[in-house]
Amino acid sequence: MATRFSSEQKRTMGLLTAPFTYAILLLAVPLLAIVLFSFWTQDFMEVNTTFTLDNYREIAEKPIYFSLLQRSLFVSFCVTLVTVVLAYPVAYFVSFKVQPSRKSLWLFLITIPFWTSYLIRVFLWKVILGYNGVINSGLINLGIIEEPLTFILYNVNAVIITLAHAFAPFAILPIFVALEKIDRSLLEASQDLGESKLMTFLRVTLPLSMPGLVAAVLIVFIPTIGDYVTPELMGGAGGKLIANMIQVQFLQLNNAPLGAALAIVAMLSVTAISLFFVFLNRRWLRGRS
Amino acid sequence: MSALIQLTAVQKYYGDYHALRDINLTINEGEFFSLLGPSGCGKTTLLRTIAGFEGVSEGAVMIAGKDMSDVPPNLRPTNMVFQSYAIFPHLSVAENVAFGLRKSGMGKPEKAAAVKDALNMVGLDGYGDRAAHALSGGQRQRVALARALILKPKVLLLDEPLSALDKKMREHMQVELIRLQRAVGITFILVTHDQEEALVMSDRIAVMFEGEIGQLADPESLYRRPNSRRVAEFIGKMNFINGTASATDEGAKLLVPGLGKCTIPAEQFPQGVTTGDVAIGIRPETLAVLFEGDKAPRFEAEAVVDEVVYYGDMTYYDVRVAEVEKPLTIAMKNLIGRPVLDVGAKTRIAWDERSLVVF
Ligand SMILES: Nc1ncnc2c1ncn2[C@@H]1O[C@H](COP(=O)(O)OP(=O)(O)OP(=O)(O)O)[C@@H](O)[C@H]1O
Ligand SMILES: [Mg+2]
Repeated sequence: MATRFSSEQKRTMGLLTAPFTYAILLLAVPLLAIVLFSFWTQDFMEVNTTFTLDNYREIAEKPIYFSLLQRSLFVSFCVTLVTVVLAYPVAYFVSFKVQPSRKSLWLFLITIPFWTSYLIRVFLWKVILGYNGVINSGLINLGIIEEPLTFILYNVNAVIITLAHAFAPFAILPIFVALEKIDRSLLEASQDLGESKLMTFLRVTLPLSMPGLVAAVLIVFIPTIGDYVTPELMGGAGGKLIANMIQVQFLQLNNAPLGAALAIVAMLSVTAISLFFVFLNRRWLRGRS
Repeated sequence: MSALIQLTAVQKYYGDYHALRDINLTINEGEFFSLLGPSGCGKTTLLRTIAGFEGVSEGAVMIAGKDMSDVPPNLRPTNMVFQSYAIFPHLSVAENVAFGLRKSGMGKPEKAAAVKDALNMVGLDGYGDRAAHALSGGQRQRVALARALILKPKVLLLDEPLSALDKKMREHMQVELIRLQRAVGITFILVTHDQEEALVMSDRIAVMFEGEIGQLADPESLYRRPNSRRVAEFIGKMNFINGTASATDEGAKLLVPGLGKCTIPAEQFPQGVTTGDVAIGIRPETLAVLFEGDKAPRFEAEAVVDEVVYYGDMTYYDVRVAEVEKPLTIAMKNLIGRPVLDVGAKTRIAWDERSLVVF
């Protein structure tokens, strides 16, 4: 089939070649490698490349994997909830209460946590939450508690706090953008039609900021499942998550195929939950209009 | 007719900027009232102080005898049609129209019926299920109108509601609005910068300049007897000639260079009889080009055609008259058999001292 391309099509293809190659090399190839690995097995030092579902069978049979995945999803869910609930008021404040000329300054300030490395921020939380940390010694000096609190470090709570802080800007920015796009005369129209400020928020601002909220939820929820540094450092024995297990399989137990299968399972769970959330949201929005 | 809205000595400052200067205004029940003025003169600001979106710096706004200073917009008996229409993009047409009915205590079927009626009234029956974004500009405007009218407000505030429409649609909607206003008997306050629109639609017009009201009158008085030069220049077109006046018992003797002498009564001096150098205003349609055989009913003068602008139904001539520094614009109807003169043609023009206004 000798199809002739117009010069415009040729130019478009020329322009697309580079990014397309880039995307294939950086996204599709690693993903395919993981998928392939998950159907192979590890024979001591070598990888056996005969196709098998053994890895998935093992994951389904041993309860440890399921409970880790469950805990991971729970932590991600909590982190998402905390982050978005805290981010919304901040985004709202910057969008509605800050003078237009100061908004970029505020956004700049919000990104300050990014200036230090992720690891350093995690360690900072260790200093704050630790047994002799800022919170405990502060409360003891104030005479509010006698013994240091132990439920704030080396468990799931510490993981949630640290991750929620790390992802805050990711949640604030999409919500801010969605709020910025709302035509202010719509809010006045709602008040003009008899609604109070609170009802105006519920009937106009919130539904119109939904796209930003959905983006924030996905942006926080999806990467937190894959995070293993924070649970490693902050989670203690009871705070390990599925990502830690994947890391252990790949690096310590030298069982890349099982690690790959775990990664695929985790990925599919996240995809399923995200799609379900987006779908619910669509339904909800459509149900209202 | 009783007073519905009263503004007394209203001042509004934005920081140092004095946006409303001593506004005193009474608007009656059932009136079609217009705020007319050039861009930035404070029309929207005035409307927003009535709606409650802006507080006043000094003075008082009363609606139906109640002081509105502590009443937020949602509790005022006013509804507004915004310049941008402000249609809720996440709701359908019917939901937009029903938005304000939440606290009305109506049941679902009642609400649906009310929405249907309101959409009928603005000529949008059957559009209820449309998404708000799938509407044309004119349809949006009518949805905004229905959404406000369904609440049966005492006052409907309209901020340049027709400015985004094309000429045909605008003229159509002007007639619709007048018809609607007569049908529902609600007080309409219309903001516009289009003087023709204000003249066509209003019972009374307030002309605003730089935050103050220049003149408040019915359309005819406003057009015929503008009380200042800036109102005269803003409303319609007016030729100005420098002349001299000398007072008499009933008015003044006027010397109009190039045109002649005449006597006019004091009422043609909106700012009182002045003597000496005066500015004489003449509307283009009160002058006439005389064709062969025509006789001027009052006065006539020699002129040379300087410019011809053909409008179809009208022809606008700019003519030069000796001793008059600027060409005079004359509007002539293109009647059957009447020729259109060429540039440079010598002609005579007719004028009438009764149509002059002198400042
Ligand atoms: N929030 C504000 N802060 C400062 N100045 C303002 C504010 N709102 C309006 N102004 C100023 O007040 C003046 C009047 O504004 P307004 O919007 O009432 O004009 P307008 O007559 O409606 O004009 P247009 O026909 O262009 O809509 C303008 O000069 C404007 O710059
Ligand atoms: Mg305006």
